[in-house]
Amino acid sequence: MNGVELRGVTKAYSGLAVMKDINLEIEDGAFLVLLGPSGCGKSTLLNMIAGLEPVTGGEIHIAGRDMTKLEPDERDIAMVFQSYALYPTMSVRKNIGFGLKMRGMARPDIERRVSEIGELLQITPLLDRKPSQLSGGQQQRVAIGRALVRDPVVFLFDEPLSNLDAKLRADMRVELKRLHERLGRTIVYVTHDQIEAMTLATRVVVLEQGRIQQNDTPENVYRRPANRFVASFVGAPTMNFLDGKLVRDGDAVLFDTGAGCLPVAGLPDHAAHLLDRPVTLGARPEHLVFDDAGCAAKVLLAEPTGPDQYVRVAVAGAEVTARTGPEQVFRSGASVSILADGARISVFDPDSGQAIL
Amino acid sequence: MRLNRVALYGLLIVAAFMLMAPVLIMISTSLKPMSEIRGGSIFALPTDPTFAAWGKAWFGDCTQAVGDVCQGLSSSFMTSVRIVIPALILSVGLGSVTGYALAAWRVPGANLLFAALLVGMFIPPQVTLYPLIILVRELGLFGSISGLVLVHVIWGVAFTTMMFRNFFKTVPQDLLKAARIDGAGFWPLFWYVMLPLSLPILGVAMILQFTYIWNDFLLGLTFGGRSGQPMTVALNNLVGSQFGEKEYNVDMAATMLTALPTLAVYLLSGRLFVRGIAAGAVKG
Repeated sequence: MNGVELRGVTKAYSGLAVMKDINLEIEDGAFLVLLGPSGCGKSTLLNMIAGLEPVTGGEIHIAGRDMTKLEPDERDIAMVFQSYALYPTMSVRKNIGFGLKMRGMARPDIERRVSEIGELLQITPLLDRKPSQLSGGQQQRVAIGRALVRDPVVFLFDEPLSNLDAKLRADMRVELKRLHERLGRTIVYVTHDQIEAMTLATRVVVLEQGRIQQNDTPENVYRRPANRFVASFVGAPTMNFLDGKLVRDGDAVLFDTGAGCLPVAGLPDHAAHLLDRPVTLGARPEHLVFDDAGCAAKVLLAEPTGPDQYVRVAVAGAEVTARTGPEQVFRSGASVSILADGARISVFDPDSGQAIL
Repeated sequence: MRLNRVALYGLLIVAAFMLMAPVLIMISTSLKPMSEIRGGSIFALPTDPTFAAWGKAWFGDCTQAVGDVCQGLSSSFMTSVRIVIPALILSVGLGSVTGYALAAWRVPGANLLFAALLVGMFIPPQVTLYPLIILVRELGLFGSISGLVLVHVIWGVAFTTMMFRNFFKTVPQDLLKAARIDGAGFWPLFWYVMLPLSLPILGVAMILQFTYIWNDFLLGLTFGGRSGQPMTVALNNLVGSQFGEKEYNVDMAATMLTALPTLAVYLLSGRLFVRGIAAGAVKG
């Protein structure tokens, strides 16, 4: 069992609680992404797992052992930083080998391990250069190499791709995923980039204000957000939120905002208890469908993105964004007809913000 | 544009000349025999240059010896070297370690310590002279080179600690974290990561400390005793305690000899010095 377990972990800075009762079990071999906005505490949590910051309360177990009080180098972890944090005065070879040298490994063994890592990451020609002579992407490879060479039970990544340009970021993302599949090691990965979270993770933990908001597969975090925060943080363009009531109109169900209606097609039967009470409807842009069975709406603006287009629409006294294919042309001011896909929408309690469908 | 250039260079040449003039007059005077000094203008160049005065300043003139006045500056030069080298190594070495500890580790009371260092830097040496004398006397080191070295180290370490602390504060936190995860403790982190990073600052600290210690007069006079007189004190004795005619050429040569080591250090390390100052300026 080479996973990580956090039991009731808290963190306070001079009395101010920033992490509140974090309980989290990370399975052996999982790629767990800690996702959240700046200041949500995700890096603090990672630093606590690494042992770089002491916990205020709770326990941290790694590979089945209580590591709460141990130093970072005693925890059998390795970490990759956003700034790469390579030792500027050392060659790439020495950078990668430094951790092994500190552990007292014999020089020939270090040499052998470093060359293996060099081949694995295809950085052999760079081994004798200084970090300042490398590009950002190359530096990040070296930083990953420095983590790999130690062969730890858990890898920690702190926003490793944030300093790379968009193209390189996409390439490195693919490489990281391959690396994880090949090594099968547990990875804890911090990011504020939901694309990274969705593409890389086997498990996503959404954090906000020092609390876990949702801990689920990436699919479920997107499809079945646990609360309004998760729903609005994940997904771009963001989910549409409408306040009102679901009401029955003959065979159909309508969402009544008080300023107009939006038909909800195919609402599942188990949602019947949500009728006729104040709720918040959450519909992602792709949950809004242009359909003649819908109700009248007015096009405000269309934004073609290439494969899709996002159409801003005024309906039921609100503005929503709908996603559709690029074929149809929407002119500003045109009348259209729109409905919501009841099988895919979310419904939230308007007071607590918790998902109730 | 062209006119601006001419004006700029003109101004620089005038400024340089004003700064250089005293030095040039010193060199010129030191190369004259006394007869020329007595008769001619102070600005006149030597008509018959001779290094006799330099020789006399360095080796002394034993034909007129009174006690140990016979000795020129050569022996006190060696004394200065014996003071500067250990004081330099100790003050810079200690300062780099304490500065590193203050910047990179959580030291209990670090802020208080740092404030104390700051105060230490701004207090004029005269104020602490008497307490220092008592301290050195109690240690049984008064009037010896070791005692003088100790005082220089005490004085220098506040300054060097400050320099290194401010430099090491600019090292990114992630780098320190990476080193901790790699298992580097206090000394490996210092030796393998921080010290190599600090080479420019190390150079500046060495140069400044060398200058301070070499040029020091007060501490040398107070703590050196008869055996530990540095070159500056000897120069003062030589210039101030002659009988009969004042030998300006010997005085000038002696002054030049005393100033030469610091000049040489600046000229030889000028590039490093500027780089270190710039490194500190940009990052600090």
